[in-house]
Amino acid sequence: MRNFNAFTLAREALRGHKGWGKQWRSPEPKKSYDVIIIGAGGHGLGTAYYLAKEHGITNVAVLEKGWLGGGNTGRNTTIIRSNYLYDESAGLYDHSVKLWETLSEELNYNVMFSQRGVMMLAHNVHDVQSAQRHIHANRLNGVDNEWLTPQQAKDYCPPLSISKSARYPVMGAALQRRGGVARHDAVAWGFARQASAMGVDIIQNCEVISIDRAPSGEVTGVQTTKGPIGAKKVGVVAAGHTSVLMEMAGVRMPLESYPLQALVSEPVKPVFPCVVMSNAVHAYISQSDKGELVIGAGTDSYLSYSQTGSMHILQHTLDAIIELYPMFSRMKMLRTWGGIVDVTPDRSPILAKTPVPNLYVNCGWGTGGFKATPGSANVFAHTIARDEPHKINAGFTLERFRTGRLIDEAAAAAVAH
Amino acid sequence: MLLIHCPYCEAERPELEFANAGEAHIVRPKDMSQMSDEDFEAMFFIRDNPKGINLERWRHVHGCGRFFNAIRSTVTDKFLKTYKAGEPRPSGDEIAELMK
Repeated sequence: MRNFNAFTLAREALRGHKGWGKQWRSPEPKKSYDVIIIGAGGHGLGTAYYLAKEHGITNVAVLEKGWLGGGNTGRNTTIIRSNYLYDESAGLYDHSVKLWETLSEELNYNVMFSQRGVMMLAHNVHDVQSAQRHIHANRLNGVDNEWLTPQQAKDYCPPLSISKSARYPVMGAALQRRGGVARHDAVAWGFARQASAMGVDIIQNCEVISIDRAPSGEVTGVQTTKGPIGAKKVGVVAAGHTSVLMEMAGVRMPLESYPLQALVSEPVKPVFPCVVMSNAVHAYISQSDKGELVIGAGTDSYLSYSQTGSMHILQHTLDAIIELYPMFSRMKMLRTWGGIVDVTPDRSPILAKTPVPNLYVNCGWGTGGFKATPGSANVFAHTIARDEPHKINAGFTLERFRTGRLIDEAAAAAVAH
Repeated sequence: MLLIHCPYCEAERPELEFANAGEAHIVRPKDMSQMSDEDFEAMFFIRDNPKGINLERWRHVHGCGRFFNAIRSTVTDKFLKTYKAGEPRPSGDEIAELMK
């Protein structure tokens, strides 16, 4: 692998960029590996990267039934923040934000992390109280978050309407300045490139069809569309398909998979300087570097693996967007799509060992896993390598639904995650 | 948008009139205080979440207001059948017949 730097860039510029080559290898699978990761999204590729980088485990394969980064990694609205209410969540998501801050240098790959600020609007007395409670809890946990008056919110984001006659008037906002956006594909590509350079095999178009277990119960490998592959340890990082994969190992999960939709507008000149979310009217929006408005809609109400959703969900979100930003009323929307998100009962992820020896699971990110990509991958690699959780993910167990020790962000954060 | 047949109203109506109410045929315990933690977890939190045929509850919330059950594919989102609450869980054969 060749490093990207000013010298290599200048040299390639002089010879028509013909010398870059492939950024990662595409090998055939070996007979067996120390660790198999199922799912080559950001979380899975990052797990392989940190296994190699921090734990010296390089005999690793990442299996992907489709193409690298083609699931929710390439379908989200790229928002990054860590202003979660509970201590466990603040610890996990802020660990991630800190890794984001140096990720481009670490990977020698520009993930275009832009800390343009994430502002969450309050539209009623309950929103105001809830936002202020979040701000205080965040600050106690060392996570930046501050309260803005409606005028301060308008100054931070000029397209925002703070008209008192709006159907949902803005009564203030919570602003996390360290929050922002990143280029989602680049995160998968950057992790893949470095992991591959350290010896990790990334095997695309290779679907896992069953999980092999020894008579004593532990996992010994997987059967795939490219034949059997042995493994000492298997990590499932399969987002919406986690229930399907875990069923292969005989584990029933506290998960439900729903379509989550998003859409982008035609590209326009820079008009929208930050990320703004509104839980009450359910709309979140930012502007990509290409100029498209990137708009996140809600989940459909029913289980589905179809990667599409119903039109009325999009319509509802656009109603809210136009109410908050009247200047966008004549923008044309270019594309809409859906991704399948796996939702836990408490809306917090599961990053843990499972009842099956040598089987680990990283799932349940619901509607907000992208922001956690490096942090999740980092502590999940630790969990697999040491066969015990890192202290940051110690609370995100599968057993919490039995013991009742939930991390109930569902109630704490309303809809947006 | 899905079109859903309400077995009480005997009419097909847009999804907007309905609310999904999760997995069907989960038997609520008679005495929850006597349940073991394992049983409670299985009843309250663990879900089938199948990729394929799903048995699920819907409520005709902006219509007759009643709960009913449905057989639907989570791959195509197509409804195979809806039936009234309290009717028995359809057998595998019955579902296979509907899929033909």
